[in-house]
Amino acid sequence: MYYTTDTATTPNAKIPEGDLKDKWSNFKDKTRLISPNNRHQYKILVVGTGLSGASAAASLAELGYNVSTFCFQDSPRRAHSVAAQGGVNAMKNYKNDGDSVYRMFYDTLKGGDFRAREANVYRLAECSSHLIDQAVAQGVPFAREYSGYLANRSFGGVQVSRTFYARGQTGQQLLLGAYQAMMRQVHLGRIKSFTRHEMLDLVTENGVAKGIIVRNMDTGEISRHAAHAVVLATGGFGKIYYLSTLAMGCNGSAIWRAHKKGAWTSCPSWTQIHPTCLPQAGNYQSKLTLMSESLRNDGRIWVPQTKNENRKAIEIPEEDRDYYLERKYPSYGNLAPRDIASRAAKERIDAGHGVGPLKNAVYLDFKDAIATQGKDIISKKYGNLFNMYEKITGINAYQQPMMISPAAHFSMGGLWVDYELSTNIPGLYAIGEANFSDHGANRLGANSLLQACIDGYYVLPQTLPQYLAQQGKATPPESSSEAFMKAENQVRSQLEELSGINGSKTVDHFHRELGKILYDKCGLSRSAKGLTEAIESIRVLRKSFLQDLKIPQVLQGINEELEKAGRVADYLEIGELMCIDALSREESCGAHFREEHQTPDGEAKRNDSDFSYISCWKKNADTPVLIKEPLQFEFTKPTERSYK
Amino acid sequence: MDFKLKIWRQDNPQSKGKMVDYEVKKISPDTSFLEMLDQLNETLILRGENPISFDYDCREGICGQCCLFINGRAHGPIEHTSTCQLHMRSFREGETIYVEPFRAGPFPIKKDLKIDRQALDKIIASGGYISVNTGQAPEANQTLIDSDTVEQAFDAASCIGCGACVASCKNGSAALFTAAKISHLFQLPQGKIEHKKRIKNMVETMDQLGFGACSNTGACEVECPQGISISHIALMNREFWK
Repeated sequence: MYYTTDTATTPNAKIPEGDLKDKWSNFKDKTRLISPNNRHQYKILVVGTGLSGASAAASLAELGYNVSTFCFQDSPRRAHSVAAQGGVNAMKNYKNDGDSVYRMFYDTLKGGDFRAREANVYRLAECSSHLIDQAVAQGVPFAREYSGYLANRSFGGVQVSRTFYARGQTGQQLLLGAYQAMMRQVHLGRIKSFTRHEMLDLVTENGVAKGIIVRNMDTGEISRHAAHAVVLATGGFGKIYYLSTLAMGCNGSAIWRAHKKGAWTSCPSWTQIHPTCLPQAGNYQSKLTLMSESLRNDGRIWVPQTKNENRKAIEIPEEDRDYYLERKYPSYGNLAPRDIASRAAKERIDAGHGVGPLKNAVYLDFKDAIATQGKDIISKKYGNLFNMYEKITGINAYQQPMMISPAAHFSMGGLWVDYELSTNIPGLYAIGEANFSDHGANRLGANSLLQACIDGYYVLPQTLPQYLAQQGKATPPESSSEAFMKAENQVRSQLEELSGINGSKTVDHFHRELGKILYDKCGLSRSAKGLTEAIESIRVLRKSFLQDLKIPQVLQGINEELEKAGRVADYLEIGELMCIDALSREESCGAHFREEHQTPDGEAKRNDSDFSYISCWKKNADTPVLIKEPLQFEFTKPTERSYK
Repeated sequence: MDFKLKIWRQDNPQSKGKMVDYEVKKISPDTSFLEMLDQLNETLILRGENPISFDYDCREGICGQCCLFINGRAHGPIEHTSTCQLHMRSFREGETIYVEPFRAGPFPIKKDLKIDRQALDKIIASGGYISVNTGQAPEANQTLIDSDTVEQAFDAASCIGCGACVASCKNGSAALFTAAKISHLFQLPQGKIEHKKRIKNMVETMDQLGFGACSNTGACEVECPQGISISHIALMNREFWK
């Protein structure tokens, strides 16, 4: 058995009393506050400066708290939120198309296949409207109608238009808004920003978070930082698959090291495989670039009817094309949610209908949209994406269809948090993609920017002070304790150990191998047999990594291979837990598709009587322990998730 | 494809760097420039040599972290493209390629091709924002902004902060970077209130950090991955002297 189950522990999600629509207000009405004069005495560390980290740091500093931020990039502005393209969802009902907070809540809950907490998801929808106000006030140049009013478009899994966008660079513009707000506080001396610093351990004393150990990536210097609370805003770990849409530096190390100090990890196997990415073309490729889901507003996805088709796309007549999403999901068509669109693509590719040199892609075709709307309109909507596609592939998508393929994209799983975004370690919070909270088993498009912002701007600044208030009078945080010394020594010895192996293979070699295992056995489709094989293969790979890794043996100064080695060491452990998590969930839900559990027509078959819970994995000396947080549906009734 | 490379190697900020020769063979034309360097680095690591340090992160042209000066041009031969979006099919078979870091006084070299661009963050910190606290904002559609104005503001706001403008300028000026932020915020109604103070603070900070003056050569505009126009510099200068 790869894990044990602890049925005695029931996690307390701290969901406030009251009707669904009153819960957040009820929390805010009763939460304890700290007087403005005393706030500067409390020190808060925010690790990661993407949308959730930068917005949280700025908002907390505006309130008067003493904040330090840490990021591995050379500027907070480069965090990977910058790469989100298509948009951010918000309930404004500017379109008068029937949108409401409840509908947005329900779409999101259903999109996640009823595997998230009702109260969290409702709060996300409830706060969404303010975010647009805040971003506009910061100067985010959202698209406008000719009249000057804000424009909207649609994203997958919904039947209203609630997505706000800034060309294909919505993430960049929202991040710059948060970054600028943060830099304003840096200028005012309320935030101390540590760039090129990587968190290598969490320090706890008597089970309470007290600070972190970081490494300066330019000098190699290891330092201790003590605080009253630690916030992890370190993003997702989809880069574990090696080839992904993520930035090269994205990693799971901060949350994993917190996990090893006792924080629970929830649903780590729930990874969103995004349907519209550039396909793999060769062995030395380093990433699979995302092409925004917004393209599915006008692009039609198809594959040739015949297997191993050799004609060029433009030579294949209509009757020989299979618009499989429109065929299988007539009411949502090309805007079916991501998990469904990706699985449908994989099914067609596996059945021999894939296109491209490696037969690993499907077509995304704008022929009809250009014919009906004209090239100019299409260019105005998606020009930068078409340019990007041409830059990378050398192909003009106005003349022939794009070739796209599914790729690892977003981690729905992450550190377990309660309604207040606190992990099970008092004083340790997790926000944005780093936590498991709102998206359930599948995230809807344009909801990740939203969740990052809502966590950072609106939720954490309301919930974290309550924890600080409970501490009573603030005493200056101290980093000289034995716990800090021990953690620092551990970090040092791990770095020495990794650099001292002196084997014969590079870090990237091991990372690529791990990625292959996970794509094959813990990707779009999973089975008990495959997952068991994956766990065994990962164990062998980890052993080989620890015996045969070769990196430059330098601990001082810049050593990128040492940085990567630490991350891959963690990935090798996270990968195993992902497979164990997937193995333990003997149902299909959202992005988690177990081959043994499907409907006769190949759709995900959920099992609410046995698996309506969030998995909370606790670190144990030998095998991980599964704790279950049951999901209660008081206000909705989980139904079969159909987009047909 | 085979290539000869001449790459800037420098151990640390204090040491004296030099160009070092390398060769790479059998590179697919569809390989990106950074992936070509990845392959070279894997060879170097296995030979027990120090790999070449260079900046990168998103590898899709938006984070602004990559910053190579290739054959004398910031981000290489293709216009309006960041280094990570450059592919080997843009070079000739057997070509000798010169790879250097972005060079400018305020961008000290950390190691090999990696540079320190914190000066750009300092310019933004000195005023590149609208001072609105979380929670203060009014309903978004209360302020109507015509779509052309938003598009123009967007052209400026699209800056990725890579510093190619500085590296391409013979004066090492950060005028395009600074002007882009000033222009983005100035063109929007919500950014006008702080405009005077913002422009004064940002321009002064830019000067204090040791960036040179703009002499309107337009080199920055040619190399900007986002194609940001020098007309924003004209706007900055006009508004500065008002």
